[in-house]
Amino acid sequence: MRTAMANRLTPYMFMAPAAIIMAIALMYPLGYMVWGSFRDWNPSQTIGEAEFVGLKNYIFLWNDPNFHESLIVTLKFAFFVVTIEMVIGVGLALLLDREIRGISVLRTMFILPMMIAPVVVGLMWRYMYHPTVGTFNRFLDSIGLPRVDWLGDHALTSVIIADIWQWTPFIFILSLAALQSLPRSALEAARIDGATAWQQIIHIKLPLMMPVLIVTALLRLIDAFKVLEVILVMTEGGPGLSTEILALRISRTATEFRELGVAAAMSNYLLILLLLLTVGMFAFNRWQEARAARLNALVEEES
Amino acid sequence: MPTIRLDNLVKRYGNVEVLHGIELEMAENEFTVLVGPSGCGKSTTLRMIAGLEDVSDGEIYVDNKPVSHLEPKERDLAMVFQDYALYPHMNVAQNISFALRLARRPKSEINAKVKEVAEMVGLTDFLGRKPGALSGGQRQRVAMARALAKDSGIFLFDEPLSNLDAKLRGQMRAELALMSQRVQKNMIYVTHDQIEAMTLADRIVVMHGGYIQQQGTPEELFKRPVNKFVAGFMGMPPMNFLDGALEERAGEMWVTGDGFDLRLSGEIAAKAKAHSSREVTLGIRPSDLNFAEDADPATALTLDVQVSEYIGAQSVLLCKCGPAQVMVEVNSETPVALGQTLTFAVNQRGVHLFDRTSENAL
Repeated sequence: MRTAMANRLTPYMFMAPAAIIMAIALMYPLGYMVWGSFRDWNPSQTIGEAEFVGLKNYIFLWNDPNFHESLIVTLKFAFFVVTIEMVIGVGLALLLDREIRGISVLRTMFILPMMIAPVVVGLMWRYMYHPTVGTFNRFLDSIGLPRVDWLGDHALTSVIIADIWQWTPFIFILSLAALQSLPRSALEAARIDGATAWQQIIHIKLPLMMPVLIVTALLRLIDAFKVLEVILVMTEGGPGLSTEILALRISRTATEFRELGVAAAMSNYLLILLLLLTVGMFAFNRWQEARAARLNALVEEES
Repeated sequence: MPTIRLDNLVKRYGNVEVLHGIELEMAENEFTVLVGPSGCGKSTTLRMIAGLEDVSDGEIYVDNKPVSHLEPKERDLAMVFQDYALYPHMNVAQNISFALRLARRPKSEINAKVKEVAEMVGLTDFLGRKPGALSGGQRQRVAMARALAKDSGIFLFDEPLSNLDAKLRGQMRAELALMSQRVQKNMIYVTHDQIEAMTLADRIVVMHGGYIQQQGTPEELFKRPVNKFVAGFMGMPPMNFLDGALEERAGEMWVTGDGFDLRLSGEIAAKAKAHSSREVTLGIRPSDLNFAEDADPATALTLDVQVSEYIGAQSVLLCKCGPAQVMVEVNSETPVALGQTLTFAVNQRGVHLFDRTSENAL
């Protein structure tokens, strides 16, 4: 009796340390943040000293035009970044999915940007975008075109370009992996059925890659909502609020405006947004698995 | 429909030559089976005809026109793959009609065609299903239907039955044989299974090591194999081989070896007499040995029965003849006890002799 009980408890005992660490490292700060978001909280106070204000911070943000602006910038940034990265990344994968000399070197080179620390990427691009000594404007000078005010008038476009440069490889490698795991014979069958290279992409490759592409896009979307360092280094959110994405606004609210409660509430809004996306992703996965299971059951029933 | 001719077809991967000048002609509406063990080059040959592999040297002619520079879709052919190669995201009807839709045929024609071939292979009730919701045999039928729908003159099969279980394989084999009689096409079929080859083919091409060993009707290959490889490959259970020497005694040809001494007669004796080398391998099929206690010892083998494999009406006896193992196919009613030494008469027309070094038939 006792041994049976001990046996049943064994797995939980093994999992306990991990569970405790998870609780402390993950749930505690999260709970702290949620708790803090209901308070008018200054960094010089302990959380206990801060005044409880209920939903005030949330309501304030709901009506705050600056927060709206920041949210719109974030959504714009995420939308353009993910769309363009998907198009370029998948396109590159389709182009480079072949055996030519030096292809592995080429693939490695394409992946390099992803390996560079975001702060370095930000610095690099800031120098390249510099109005007088930057690479781009010097190049424009040399071919006799007018200079562009990269980080001024076109700040959002410029940070989008930098992000695309850094994160397209992520989509590229995942798409390439998806492409290379496609059934070769189905593609050969398509060739025999008379599909041109383009028709093979449209009718066979893309539909078969779709599950991977959807998950990839969602992962990138979640990442894009949280991007901070590159923009912080390049523009610090400026000029005006034109590149002040949510993560940056949260960080400034906490450090510059010293309003921890508002920052926490903002974080929670972002968290809810990301949760919705993640739940969407899980729902999609579950739906696919359920469909596969249903099909298998159907086959088993018949045989 | 069209004739196909392979002219000195060579395939190299880097420096390794895997096909060494294949010469082959396939007449109109002929069912040709390429058969051989793994790695013999049969699939490569088929894939070169399909246009999925480049031709390293030589040429493929379809109706006397060279085609090796053409894309697969320009070659008027349909193909059934070993793993079926269905499009997993399309339902059965879409799979079948894919080629027609790419060719922008009118909708009414496509629908009629899908209906026709689906009926032909018995898939009418499954047109809305995706391949994932079909059993192995049904997938196989979809692959067949898709190839049929194309209406091309050449039909290629790359080991189409090897992923099915034994029972289903037999059934599909019969259906294939039936279909090949109904549709007038030039069919080329690759398999490693000699039973499939024997039952389906108008003509069998046996390949080994990148060379064609022999081609002919199933009967020709079975009765008159040109070398030891073909003799051993065709027929189940396989032919028995015994190393021996030719001797001439009192005007008669004998082949003797460890555990046997056999007198030759008829055509084979004449061939043996004319042959220069004395070192030969004797080949006798298990079905050409008949249990006969009172057989003339000069035309019989005396064998120690070791194991009896009961397979129904027939049994296969595994016997020893000197150091060599010999299989004998007998009626299961034959009274045989293990450990016995029995005499089996040799069917003289079933005696094959191969030169020991060249392994070619005498």
